[in-house]
Amino acid sequence: MADHAPAETLALRVQFDTEAQQKDASTLGMWLFLITEIMFFGGMFTVYTVYRSWYPDVFAIASSSLNEIIGALNTGVLLLSSFTMVMAVRAGQLGQRKAILIFLILTLLFGGIFLGVKGYEWNQKFEEHHIPGQAAFHLEGVAPSDQGHAQLFFSIYFAMTGLHALHMVIGVGILLTLIVQARKGRFSASYYTPIDVTGLYWHFVDVIWIFLFPLLYLIDRHLVK
Amino acid sequence: MSDPHEQTHIDSVGSYVKILLALLVATGVTTAVARLDLGAFNTVVALSIASVKMLLVALFFMHIRHSNKLTKLVVAGGLLWLAILLLLTMTDFATRGILGVPGK
Amino acid sequence: MITAAPQEREHYLNASHGLKSWLLTKDHKRIGLLYLATITLFFFIGGAFATLIRVELLTPQGNLVSSETYNKLFTMHAVSMIFFFLIPSIPAVLGNFFLPIMIGARDLAFPRLNLLSWYLLVIGGAFSLFAMIAGGVDTGWTFYTPYSTTYSNSWVIATALGIFIAGFSSILTGLNFIVTVHTMRAPGMTWFRMPLFVWANYATSLIQVLGTPVLAVTIVLLFLERVFHLGIFDPARGGDPVLFQHLFWFYSHPAVYIMVLPSMGVVSEIISTFSRKAIFGYAFVAFSSVAIAVLGFLVWGHHMFVSGQSLYAGMVFSFLSYFVAIPSAIKVFNWTATLYKGSISFQTPMLYAFGFIGLFTVGGLTGLFLAALGMDIHVTDTYFVVAHFHYIMVGGALMGYLGGMHFWWPKITGRMYPEGWAKLSALVIFLGFNLTFFPQFILGYLGMPRRYHVYPAEFQVLNVLSTAGASVLAVGYVIPMIYFIWSLRYGKVASANPWGATGLEWKTSSPPPVHNFEETPVVTHEAYDYASLMAEEVEVG
Repeated sequence: MADHAPAETLALRVQFDTEAQQKDASTLGMWLFLITEIMFFGGMFTVYTVYRSWYPDVFAIASSSLNEIIGALNTGVLLLSSFTMVMAVRAGQLGQRKAILIFLILTLLFGGIFLGVKGYEWNQKFEEHHIPGQAAFHLEGVAPSDQGHAQLFFSIYFAMTGLHALHMVIGVGILLTLIVQARKGRFSASYYTPIDVTGLYWHFVDVIWIFLFPLLYLIDRHLVK
Repeated sequence: MSDPHEQTHIDSVGSYVKILLALLVATGVTTAVARLDLGAFNTVVALSIASVKMLLVALFFMHIRHSNKLTKLVVAGGLLWLAILLLLTMTDFATRGILGVPGK
Repeated sequence: MITAAPQEREHYLNASHGLKSWLLTKDHKRIGLLYLATITLFFFIGGAFATLIRVELLTPQGNLVSSETYNKLFTMHAVSMIFFFLIPSIPAVLGNFFLPIMIGARDLAFPRLNLLSWYLLVIGGAFSLFAMIAGGVDTGWTFYTPYSTTYSNSWVIATALGIFIAGFSSILTGLNFIVTVHTMRAPGMTWFRMPLFVWANYATSLIQVLGTPVLAVTIVLLFLERVFHLGIFDPARGGDPVLFQHLFWFYSHPAVYIMVLPSMGVVSEIISTFSRKAIFGYAFVAFSSVAIAVLGFLVWGHHMFVSGQSLYAGMVFSFLSYFVAIPSAIKVFNWTATLYKGSISFQTPMLYAFGFIGLFTVGGLTGLFLAALGMDIHVTDTYFVVAHFHYIMVGGALMGYLGGMHFWWPKITGRMYPEGWAKLSALVIFLGFNLTFFPQFILGYLGMPRRYHVYPAEFQVLNVLSTAGASVLAVGYVIPMIYFIWSLRYGKVASANPWGATGLEWKTSSPPPVHNFEETPVVTHEAYDYASLMAEEVEVG
């Protein structure tokens, strides 16, 4: 075959000349993907900004109906998962195969706890009839003419936390694949790029939540007693 | 593009633990401060704390402080575009209705 | 095959055989051809809808189809043409094929992601096709709320889902191109030695990466509202339908530049090659592509002057819109300056490039009319707007695409197309295009609204002219289809560099080998270095 390309391996695909070039490409690709995610969530943040600026009082009341202690604790769980994720990347850098596996499993565990708590919170909303678009919707302390605006808050709440949770579920799926590969001993100090870029994704999803938490749970709580 | 020797900065476990503790403390602070009446500054404080947390995660956990200029440029570009989306949309919603003409 | 030439040179087309070798290929050149087949299908589907629209408009009475069907026709025409033909057209076909070769790379940075992008386009296309066959969609391609979320009884979700999936194809292609340009350039291929086609595709990719996700989330919200009645755009609950328009146009205005920027890149290549001169003001032309990409994000509100948008926002958007004219004009002036004292030859690609410059100028200048608040209120939603954007999208984007297809056909297939027929069809397309769309400027200025199939009798003459032009245009599109296919077997065998052009893609054989070059090229010249090329010829000669 008339071909000047070297033989292909995982650490060096045929289109690249050096491993450093391949790693640069993967990292840049992941960061660009995260930019698309910023814009994806950016559309939601725009919707949030517009309606919160239009209906600040109703949004404060609706926000106070969420349990901010559960929200804060769950934020802590997610931050912990980010910590274990970065520890998995560090283990990758050092080529410590056992530590990679342990920290990936811990990350998966904390991610799972976060999703479980989120599911509990959603279930609470259903029981309280705080579901937009349903005839039974009613939020205490809001005038009948403003109930529609309160529905908007919960529409945004469900859309934003739902899309965030979807990203978490995708992250959990990727972690599971990494764990399978890590068990096979696929990763080493010279090849841990998949863990590295998964880490970037996982931290990004964490950062989205870092903003969702105050924006959804903590709006003007002092106004509502 | 980048020097391969420059790429693997391995941070200490201690530094990661410190960042984690800072993040957890910031979460507690933002939750507690939300109960105080700071007027319009409640939102400012909440977003400032969130931004600091974002910076900590990005700089340390996502290793941006060790990244090359291109990565930093990409991140800055993404945030700038988010600002364009928010600001230009708000030119409409912030000035809607002040003309006194219905629908404008 | 018994008659196969003995010891034929191996290239990307004959390196492997069978359907599987195509459907699982990671070769950017083969993926480019997969895209070519897909978007050609959608071009003819969209063209069929356009034909029905033009036939309906022959008479003022609206007696061919019902109003509901007519709504579906113009919606499905736009959905096919915009999302499944124009947006993928040049980047996914010609960009895919040539961007890696032009910077001296073996492939794109992520070949498997590239193949995934094609499958996403096919899956998205399948959803939209299903919606068309099942009963169609009637919201207009803009899916304005609350009609699309609450009232329309057509296949909104299937179509929108198709666009959502195709959007990811577009995002991933853009991401792949940006990473490739940053990390895969051959030794010596500095940023300011890159061909302008690469610059144009790079700028396009920025828009795809930054804009398309906002369309994606907008479609998600549309979906949630239609299915779960979330009410985010529902005025009954205090929501604002105009907010939907903001989010939609944040993507869809820049999307116009996704369509036209790559065409500008093609035109730069062609103008330089066929006047045998370096592009005048190379750096200005390169940066103007990036400037168009950036400025394109600041002007979306000019689509909403007559919506409930605040007048102050309208003034800001109107003011900003004029800035897009600056980089666009830089390009047109610099192409013209390149021609000055050039050694010009009038091959088919050059005819298309000339067509592009003229028609894009008309489309661009009428765009300035529309950016002016007062003028826009007079012509909003009239045929003036329809004529304007067809001058940009068909007169601009499509002319560039066809010019590029002719320019690179010898490289892609290793065969020449028949020059006489090609020149004839370029002429037919140019005439047919103007006959179709110029009368629409007049119709719009006189007040004929778009999206109606019944119109006052006084508009009939201009409408008949437009429909006559559309038939000429259709003939013009069918001729290249026939001779391109004919040339695969009977065309003259193409040399490595039939045009005597300078780019790296002409330094490798036609068709190129699997990994594009026998050896990684080392670049020692600026782009379009015809001056030293001709000096060498004189020395040798």
